[in-house]
Amino acid sequence: MFDATRPGLPARPGVGYKSRHFQALMTDPGPVGWIEIHAENCMGDGGRPLAQLQALSARFPVSVHGVGLSIGGEAPLDRDHLARLRRLCDRITPASFSEHLAWSTHDSRFLNDLLPLPYTVATLARVADHIAEVQDVLGRRMLLENPSSYLAFRESTLTETDFLAEIVARTGCGLLLDVNNVFVSATNLATSPQDYIAAFPVEHVAEIHLGGHDEDRDDDGAPLLIDSHGREVADPVWALLDITLARTGPKPLLIEWDTDVPDWPVLRAEAGRAARALDRLHAGG
Amino acid sequence: MRSPSSSGQKYSLSAQPQPSLRQPEFVAALLAPETAVPPGLTGPDGSPAGKRFDIYRNNVAVSLTEALETGFPVLRKLVGEAFFAALAGVFLRRHLPSSPILARYGQEMPAFLAEFPPVAHLPYLPDVARLELALRAAYHAGDASPLDPAALGALAPEALDRALLIFSPAVQLVRSIHPVHAIWAANSDPAAPRPRPGAQAALVTRPGFDPLADPLGPNDGELVAGLMEGKPLGLAAEAGGDLARVLSLLLSRNAITELCT
Repeated sequence: MFDATRPGLPARPGVGYKSRHFQALMTDPGPVGWIEIHAENCMGDGGRPLAQLQALSARFPVSVHGVGLSIGGEAPLDRDHLARLRRLCDRITPASFSEHLAWSTHDSRFLNDLLPLPYTVATLARVADHIAEVQDVLGRRMLLENPSSYLAFRESTLTETDFLAEIVARTGCGLLLDVNNVFVSATNLATSPQDYIAAFPVEHVAEIHLGGHDEDRDDDGAPLLIDSHGREVADPVWALLDITLARTGPKPLLIEWDTDVPDWPVLRAEAGRAARALDRLHAGG
Repeated sequence: MRSPSSSGQKYSLSAQPQPSLRQPEFVAALLAPETAVPPGLTGPDGSPAGKRFDIYRNNVAVSLTEALETGFPVLRKLVGEAFFAALAGVFLRRHLPSSPILARYGQEMPAFLAEFPPVAHLPYLPDVARLELALRAAYHAGDASPLDPAALGALAPEALDRALLIFSPAVQLVRSIHPVHAIWAANSDPAAPRPRPGAQAALVTRPGFDPLADPLGPNDGELVAGLMEGKPLGLAAEAGGDLARVLSLLLSRNAITELCT
């Protein structure tokens, strides 16, 4: 069905690509060894976005990260959108393709948010079918990312980690472990992020995400973290990364910074911090 | 997300089967801020989701409003930031994106503005929105190699009359009974002159990677419209306008890719 032997992303820091960092990335990448693009930002017919992407993909391994496929949607996948993803992958031959355990489209209308799913046997069957279809159309293995959660479904019958493990078993997909999402979800639902990492099927992790979050309070004054990607990665998330890497071994580490995007030196410094986390691991620390 | 099961049991979270919340119900509540949070959604320890659901409501409304702000900067300047945010809130609930490619979002804006009573006193807004859509489309349009200007000069006058022009995919014409280009320019560039009343067209091109809009008088606009419809140069020129001036502009903007004789 797909070629599992093609080279993936290097176990080095990467950054989510923003066009304002194009020149800096080409001339002063620092510790950055790969980049991730949002697929839906690269689906025009030409112009600067595709020219930059072409130049970047000649220089760096590229991860294509979809934010609009609605893999958890109750409706069938959008075939036109799948075809666009296929064209993009054919154009730049990315080192990885990933999407989210979430839904974002209803009645052919796109809601532009990653919406939550109940972890039930019915959801499992639907998501597994959709992932199998994606992997068929793209001719490659995809990675599925754990979500950041603000609420839970009373109807859920599986834990998120068991759900993801079962998806992997059914589809052969890999996993993208977002450590900030783990911390955000655990804080919001009063569970243990360390227990989550301990239960995670780490042998299938092919990429790790790190990003910043905002802090708010819920109706009862309990902490409510928002997965905003608008600041530095928080210290407890870096600590959770060390625990995660101890289980997974060295992995490609992505810094996501999507709102209030900083100047390049700030983002490069975050990538440097990710590089040091990998160095500590190699040093056996 | 629930806590990871430490017991090793896979199907252990819920003792009683729960009714399932379907996505259509979720979406209906998502887009109607005044309505109750759908049942079956909880915070920690099974408490009602409350404000937690509002995070999703907020994400949808704010992210789509931001997409519209990015896509229609001049429109936003013309009506003011607060008014634009309110307008976007109405627009996005009526016209959610039809695809995940947000660069295409907002195609319905001109028609929406034409029918939106609070802006009925600003009849030029739909054409300004059309111009902003054209500029955005030009930015993402397919690449094309421009025609060598010498190819036009080499033609005999009769051959020139019969010739057809093929335009670059980035080229668009926005014709208006209002001074659409001048209104757009005055709100994009503080140094631009104040708009004066009168019909105007805007020619949108992309000579390199950055789109441009050039003003055309109504007759030149009519002439370009004819050329873009595929009329031969001679026939298109009968509409009036200055053919030499128009061709010179088109060539300087890399707007023409081929000459069919």
